[in-house]
Amino acid sequence: MIGSLSAWGQGFVNGTQDNARPDWVSQVERVRDHQDREAFAELFRHFAPRVKGFLMKSGADATLAEECAQDVMATLWNKAHLFDPARASVATWIFTIARNRKIDLLRKQRRPEPEDLSWGPEAEPAQDDALALQQESEHLRRALSELPDAQRELIERAYFGDLSHSEIAAETGLPLGTIKSRIRLALDRLRHAMR
Amino acid sequence: MIRHHLTDDILLAYSAATLPEAFNLMVAAHVSLCDDCRARLEAFDAVGGAVLDDICDSVGMSDGALAATMALIAGGPPVGVPRAARRAGVLPAPLQDYVGGDLDAIQWRPVGMGVKQAILPTSKDAAARLLLIPAGAAMPDHGHGGLEMTMALQGAFIDAGERFGRGDVEVATADLAHTPIADIGEDCICLAVTDAPLKFKSLLPRIAQPFLRI
Repeated sequence: MIGSLSAWGQGFVNGTQDNARPDWVSQVERVRDHQDREAFAELFRHFAPRVKGFLMKSGADATLAEECAQDVMATLWNKAHLFDPARASVATWIFTIARNRKIDLLRKQRRPEPEDLSWGPEAEPAQDDALALQQESEHLRRALSELPDAQRELIERAYFGDLSHSEIAAETGLPLGTIKSRIRLALDRLRHAMR
Repeated sequence: MIRHHLTDDILLAYSAATLPEAFNLMVAAHVSLCDDCRARLEAFDAVGGAVLDDICDSVGMSDGALAATMALIAGGPPVGVPRAARRAGVLPAPLQDYVGGDLDAIQWRPVGMGVKQAILPTSKDAAARLLLIPAGAAMPDHGHGGLEMTMALQGAFIDAGERFGRGDVEVATADLAHTPIADIGEDCICLAVTDAPLKFKSLLPRIAQPFLRI
């Protein structure tokens, strides 16, 4: 059964069975490799309402947020080949797409982005790197949900754009060291592959 | 080897999209050169992903939303500027997008004593400029109301006993009197961003004596 799925694409189970959450990587892979509409529909059902909620909390009205969420999901389809599971969870990748659209739409500003680093056709991230990063992302998600309410709300408000940068404490109280090290490792391997 | 990095609060603010465009440009340019800061930035993005996935209130999409999105997709990818890939040249790709090319495309304007600047087109809430400081010369005296960040792109500058080479960022606040001086050997080109308009105080800035400062 596992053979029918790519090893890192399979949703992993973290903790007890009823706590299992898909990591969505296999769906993005199926969209990327086979333009799989059913996989896309699964992603859409989970993420589109979240993106819409995120944009409304950031100040968009319902009509604009709906339109923008559709646009973000279409971007996911078009850019599926750029997703790197050794550096980001699917939720993180969608967050970055939604955030950039938010700046276009709500602030009418250009969003300068760093130079793109992506795996070429000859090389892909190692499966165990990708799996480790996906597991770290799940740990981070849980750590966030377990923070005291006041602290969690502060972080939430920061990402909705409610706080100016001087008001956001850089100390989030979250275990970011491990995930940063994982991403750094993936970047080193990517740089090596790009040579 | 980059030794002077972006601070956590700047990286978090870039991730959360609360910075003015000029500061976004500084972060994008530095992260293009610095994998350490790229990893820290992507860790903050991971927090944003967790916020989106877990604690964000979802709002139901309209009935025909999936079909409408499939129609968008069928219409093909939007005509737009693709995200910049790694490019040859001195300027990192996001800066090349603002300049319209590499160093030879910069439209320099003299500000005195051989120093030149080129103001980049960003939103008015902050300002971004490229500066060219001749080797061994000082940046003219200037006032800035708030936060100023300066990153060397070519050559190096020296300020308060610290050397800032390619990719190194100096962060200065309003109360810090400082005078970056270009290292001898090569003209220094740097990116400077300020959150209040930067004004040169004098058309005749004082002549630098770099060796006395080191």
